Amino acid sequence: MKIDLHTLGPLVALIALVILGAVLNSAFLAPANITNVLARSAFIGMIAVGMTFVITAGGLDLSVGSMAAFLAGVAIIAMNAALPGMGENWGTILIGMGVALLGGLIAGYLNGALITKARIEPFIVTLGTMGIFRSLVTWLADGGTLSLDFGLRTLYRPVYYGGIGWITWPIITFAVVAIAGEWIMRHSRFGRHVEAIGSNDRVARYSAIDVGRIRLMTYMLLGLLVGLAVVLYVPRLGSASGGTGVLWELEAIAAVIIGGTALKGGRGRVWGTVVGVLILSLIDNILNLADLVSPYLNGAIQGVIIVLAVVLQREKRTAEER
Amino acid sequence: MTVLALRDVSKSFGPVKVLHNVDLALEPGEVHALIGENGAGKSTIMKILGGFLDPTSGQILLDGQPIRFASGPEAEARGIVVIHQEFNLAPDLSVAANVFLGRETGRWRLDHAAMRKATAALLERLDTRIDPEARIRDLSVPDRQMVEIAKALSRNARVLIMDEPSAVLTHREVATLYEQIDRLRAEGVAILYCSHRLDEVAHLADRITVLRDGRVVRQALRGELTEDGMANAMVGRELEDFYPPKGQPGSEPALEVAGLTVPGRVRDVSFTLRRGEVLGIAGLVGSGRTELAEGLVGLRSATGAIRVEGREVIIRRLRDAFDAGLAYLTEDRKEAGLLLDKGLRQNLTLATLKRFGSWRLDVRAEEAALDRATRDFDIRAPRRDMIAGKLSGGNQQKLLLAKTMLPDPRIIIIDEPTRGIDVGTKRQIYAFIRALAAEGRSVIVISSEMNEVIGLSDRVLVMREGRLAGEVAGDSMTEDRIVRLAMGVGSGEAA
Repeated sequence: MKIDLHTLGPLVALIALVILGAVLNSAFLAPANITNVLARSAFIGMIAVGMTFVITAGGLDLSVGSMAAFLAGVAIIAMNAALPGMGENWGTILIGMGVALLGGLIAGYLNGALITKARIEPFIVTLGTMGIFRSLVTWLADGGTLSLDFGLRTLYRPVYYGGIGWITWPIITFAVVAIAGEWIMRHSRFGRHVEAIGSNDRVARYSAIDVGRIRLMTYMLLGLLVGLAVVLYVPRLGSASGGTGVLWELEAIAAVIIGGTALKGGRGRVWGTVVGVLILSLIDNILNLADLVSPYLNGAIQGVIIVLAVVLQREKRTAEER
Repeated sequence: MTVLALRDVSKSFGPVKVLHNVDLALEPGEVHALIGENGAGKSTIMKILGGFLDPTSGQILLDGQPIRFASGPEAEARGIVVIHQEFNLAPDLSVAANVFLGRETGRWRLDHAAMRKATAALLERLDTRIDPEARIRDLSVPDRQMVEIAKALSRNARVLIMDEPSAVLTHREVATLYEQIDRLRAEGVAILYCSHRLDEVAHLADRITVLRDGRVVRQALRGELTEDGMANAMVGRELEDFYPPKGQPGSEPALEVAGLTVPGRVRDVSFTLRRGEVLGIAGLVGSGRTELAEGLVGLRSATGAIRVEGREVIIRRLRDAFDAGLAYLTEDRKEAGLLLDKGLRQNLTLATLKRFGSWRLDVRAEEAALDRATRDFDIRAPRRDMIAGKLSGGNQQKLLLAKTMLPDPRIIIIDEPTRGIDVGTKRQIYAFIRALAAEGRSVIVISSEMNEVIGLSDRVLVMREGRLAGEVAGDSMTEDRIVRLAMGVGSGEAA
């Protein structure tokens, strides 16, 4: 069995970053810092796992950041509205969670249906819904901030900050999502179909695969995962505004690409995506901890890494063709 | 006076030799027809002449001097222009922009007026009324072809290589094409004309070269060769043992199709396929053969009644066809048949994944299926974990056949069973098809290769312009009869 350097590339980069971080600042490997990095990665991470499926099937979703903000806003409004009737208890919070998850599913369905049934380019559809969701949450917040009732916020808080030991719930959820995502992509019929569609949708159609339905399902899965990210995000700040989740879509797409999933579809790597997410948040963390380079250059370094990852992918493809 | 010639040219792709010591000379003011079956090497010759391929051995002579073109554009600069079957036009640009594509006049600002005027002059010379300002997208197919010819003329073409130019044209448009060819010939252009249609070769060609299996088997001047003679030369006479012996089809119907219509493509086709029968479907390109098959299996929306083994079935999508025991093997192996960048196993089981689990696919069972398939269909893969795109064409076709047979269909429709594969594998595939019929399955074979249809089928349906033009069987199953039915001329009787 030949070791594929290109598959390992992102992993090697991740390990190098961890070593670099440890050398630069002893606080880097402290449990508190690691928990912090992982928990902050969890939101983008769950979304990026869903994005891996969408991109592998040959699609794209630019709306996830706005969708997250919108779902957070709607969930907060729902919980505040349910509070007088239901009281300050987990029932109210469960309503909020349900609203976020169901809303994500519906929003994903909306994107997917416009793409597969109305046959509009994914880029255009999700560019449109990106604007729509962002504008709706700003409107709901009347240009300001939607805040969860203080009592509920206290009750809800442990969902972000609590956990088993120093492993907080967002980390656990992210891990479960990643493992399930990897399993589905690698070992399930759905995953095989997703890869087949991204590889050549005509071949998939001629193999009696319902291409539209599978594509639609990838968008719904992504919507659901955005909803899940929102469920864990709301207790962190207890509020949502027009500025929530800005650029999340680009971070998620970047993580997918750094992880080795081809933007043109056909080959999905969920593990790679997880590594990609961790690389992106580690760079941020290291720059903040060490005063080697200004944290303001974070975006530039991430940009270089994205381009580098794509260059490596391209080399792989030409090597295959030879 | 020869403009362009091949001398003793051979070409190999890896171990496969596709051209053997070919000599060919193009004279100015002459239409030279190149005929041969699919896979005989016509397109390879065109690509070598057009500078897209280098010969493995032998010489290309331009005006008597040996030459080697680095690329298609270089050959074009020397006055050798190829008109491909799929046109090389940018659909969103105007006619004038296309004619001058890559050679625009003007410095900092394109000289639109000059290019428009020059284009208009060229089009006038071709006696067409195409507007130089029109977008290619808005033009009809024959008009696009005229633009291609105009483009060739603007390059001062001395040699024009045309690949099946009439295949996309209607009867009336073909007449215009012939006029243009006569005009070019009169202007002293050397034309290499590739065609499947022997009647037009007889009509147009001053000189004919017949290819078979990469060799020149006959060269003749106008009038020396009848259409029959051409066909015989193309096919050769060792047909008898090339095809497996035919079987005895049963009498009970396996598939009954009544009034199948695919809007715009196929009109009111009815036929019956018997158990154990190999039924051929012949017809010119564009006669609706593939569309009939795709309508039948639910890949295109179609109306009409379908009965499988006496039971009425409704097929709206390919999945329904699978459930009814029908399978379809596409003619487009690379774009609709196989995932070229995926492994053999993934390709084999793609259409039948349900059988191998849902949330946890049984890889071991898939591997076992691949073992069986490689054995049963003699798939020769250098490595088990290779991607399908790296297999040779013949082995890809075998893999596709294995994939199609995996659901164990009772009725198999095979569209162009041997397109672009070598002779040895062809023979194997013919044997597979016969074996399927002998097992009591029923097979429909759609093919453009006349002798394949005749050699393989128990009975042949001929299609023309979306309709069933007739049926031939037994002794009347001759190339002549089929061609007449397909072209709608002479003593064809309606079914």
